[in-house]
Amino acid sequence: MKLEGQIRIPSGCAISAVISKDGNRMNGEKIIESMKPMHDRSNGLGGGFAAYGIYPEHKEQYALHIFFDSISAREECEHLLRKSFEVVKDESIKTRTIPEITDEPIIRRYFVSPLNSVLTALQIDEKEYVVRIVTKINIELKGSYVFSCGKNMGAFKAVGFPEDVGRFYCLDEYEAYSWTAHGRYPTNTPGWWGGAHPFALLDYTIVHNGEISSYDANRRFIEMYGYKCTLQTDTEVITYIADYLLRRQKLTLEEMASVVAAPFWQTIDKKCPEERERLNYLRTVFSSLLVTGPFSIILGFEGGLMALNDRLKLRSMVVGEKDDKVYIASEEAAIRVMEPDAQNIYAPAGGEPVIVKVKEGKF
Amino acid sequence: MGIEFIYPEFEVVRNQNRCIGCRVCERQCANEVHTYDADGKVIISDDAKCVNCQRCVSLCPTRAIKIVKSDCRMRENANWADDTIKEIYKQANSGGVLLSSMGNPKPFPVYWDKILINASQVTNPPIDPLREPMETKVFLGKKPDSIERDENGKLINNLSPQLKLELPVMFSAMSYGSISYNAHKSLALAAQQLGIYYNTGEGGLHEDFYVYGENTIVQVASGRFGVHDDYLNAGAAVEIKMGQGAKPGIGGHLPGTKIVGDVSHTRMIPEGSDAISPAPHHDIYSIEDLRQLVYSLKEATQYKKPVIVKVAAVHNIAAIASGIARSGADIIAIDGFRGGTGAAPTRIRDNVGIPIELALAACDQRLREEGIRNQVSLVVGGSIRSASDVVKAIALGADACYVATAALLAMGCHLCRTCQTGKCNWGIATQNPELVKRLNPEIGSQRLVNLMTAWGHEIKELMGGMGINSIETLRGNRLMLRGINLTEKELEILGISHAGE
Repeated sequence: MKLEGQIRIPSGCAISAVISKDGNRMNGEKIIESMKPMHDRSNGLGGGFAAYGIYPEHKEQYALHIFFDSISAREECEHLLRKSFEVVKDESIKTRTIPEITDEPIIRRYFVSPLNSVLTALQIDEKEYVVRIVTKINIELKGSYVFSCGKNMGAFKAVGFPEDVGRFYCLDEYEAYSWTAHGRYPTNTPGWWGGAHPFALLDYTIVHNGEISSYDANRRFIEMYGYKCTLQTDTEVITYIADYLLRRQKLTLEEMASVVAAPFWQTIDKKCPEERERLNYLRTVFSSLLVTGPFSIILGFEGGLMALNDRLKLRSMVVGEKDDKVYIASEEAAIRVMEPDAQNIYAPAGGEPVIVKVKEGKF
Repeated sequence: MGIEFIYPEFEVVRNQNRCIGCRVCERQCANEVHTYDADGKVIISDDAKCVNCQRCVSLCPTRAIKIVKSDCRMRENANWADDTIKEIYKQANSGGVLLSSMGNPKPFPVYWDKILINASQVTNPPIDPLREPMETKVFLGKKPDSIERDENGKLINNLSPQLKLELPVMFSAMSYGSISYNAHKSLALAAQQLGIYYNTGEGGLHEDFYVYGENTIVQVASGRFGVHDDYLNAGAAVEIKMGQGAKPGIGGHLPGTKIVGDVSHTRMIPEGSDAISPAPHHDIYSIEDLRQLVYSLKEATQYKKPVIVKVAAVHNIAAIASGIARSGADIIAIDGFRGGTGAAPTRIRDNVGIPIELALAACDQRLREEGIRNQVSLVVGGSIRSASDVVKAIALGADACYVATAALLAMGCHLCRTCQTGKCNWGIATQNPELVKRLNPEIGSQRLVNLMTAWGHEIKELMGGMGINSIETLRGNRLMLRGINLTEKELEILGISHAGE
């Protein structure tokens, strides 16, 4: 069978997230539990998590999480890493041997810093440099796959049900101020670990439920700007869109939402003149980054997250809160598992972004 | 007669039992096929003059007339087809270049008919256009590479001028002169009502039609006929015509017989003089010259209007498009080799250029590879025949389509392909006042509006089936297409997979 990237595989999913606005760190137990009532939304062919604030002792370095198919792939990739970065720490990612998760690749973590001299010579900033090296590894080095590359955060994913994946990676031992989770229901997959979600680029991670109809329009547009969609998944292309709009075009989260889930023209026409001009502008300039078809996504980033539905709300997604925490999930049941007393539970309208940020200085 | 004789292509078959001798056919035929024989009290027909425009067939109150293809044929020969032999006779008779009208009729592959469209099943839902908004609005023009903000962080509107289309379809260039006043008026009225654009072609803009300027694209072609300051500023956009799909590499030719009255005035040339446009623009011998004309026109219109550069689809079209995109053009219009014409040398029409499907796929891909696809919009024509052709073109990468033949058909054209004679019985490709008045602009425009409204519904149905509710996300979405009966190479150029893959 073909891997993700050689063929496009649609999938349904479950998503879940929790964030503390005060920056209080939580271990991974609750987010793992939240996936259990949504078990039937996954089919055991992929699960994963993203956690923010987990590496405070290495928060200045980029944490690369890498799958290797073989020792030789690892050696080849490490050679490139040492050539491209100062590798501050190099360790295997701790896992628990459980019967539900098998056939694991070699899974390692590298804390790295780009070399200043290289950045100066290339005239690019360090984020762009990291993106380029990660893209190079994922496209050119067979058997190596970087699945997380942000600072003070990490993605963890595998083939299996999400609750098993969480136990496998010992996520109960990590402390994060923000967690997102994903359970996957692909319609057809050989079960490749790299194909599981979240998809991560720098500190952006996406968990997504849906099958977007705009995929190839989005992909062919974003690939003009140096991105390469190697997995052919929605999640990958949406992550690149987020990176392009937020990091490179420097749009705000709200503006990004107005591009990706742009209001209908008839809605825009009813706005006040100033707002109408702003929405018309964004929709016209970035028309190829409109995403259609069903999706509910949670975009994680340093210091916050944003949840967004497609503009017709073709996928379920609910939000609740309690004290300093905000909960988001495909189903209310998942929120109730994390916080039985969650309040103000509501379903955001299609295209209405839910943006939660940790207070400045608390992360 | 004798050695010069060519047996008529068509036979007029009259059912004498039905014919009531009303002589409508006689009055309606500008080719003078039908005459009344007072002695025999019957109408007789001269087959040799018939062009099969179906005018008499359509107006006969008793359905007494039909036109059939003559079965008097040359001896069969797989190499020397009947048409080929007759063309030899015509040229031996006249010593002239063969002239034809409308698009290439030869049996070249029509790639639209070898491409199939996707629909949603199970994993994502189709969307019902009767129940949900379905958006077909398109903005054509250059998009900025990056956003800008003012000191308060507010977005600055740094968009170049854009054309706003309610439907991704426009009426492509047909000059006043090649077609009639009433045909132009029909197109202008329909464009206005539909929220789209029609195109003057290279014949200038009749002063009566300046009021439709907001829905008009004014063309500047190599003959510069009818071009002046007011003209350039009258339209919503200016189009530089470098080439035409039906006749790449040569200019237009409007015979002096059509240069009468207002046509002469609008073109700013003397009555009766042939309007022969040069093959090249004589101020454009290279891409850097094109840039100068683009900016001259922008200067003349105060940078308020997008500039379109129209080219014929030729072998090296992807590189040409890339050059045009870098020359300051806002929109590139590509015209495929099946595009129509009011008159073209037959050999050129039938043998020069490439299919629009391949040209479009190659250009869109090339512009993306160079990272400049967002700097220009792509409009394709020649020939777009239906709503599904539009959907396929957009999924291959077009922003919008140009249609002309389909618009002519809506106005009554029966595709007899003899526009060059100026005797159009349907009042379209003629300047004969008696014939022109047969086309009522109110009816013509209503039929154009009907056609585009019907296409709009069909486009929305097809989009909804794919789970797409905005035309923007169909553009370049080649995953929505599959090829059938295509070679690996054809699939590679089209950038699509084969059905079943």
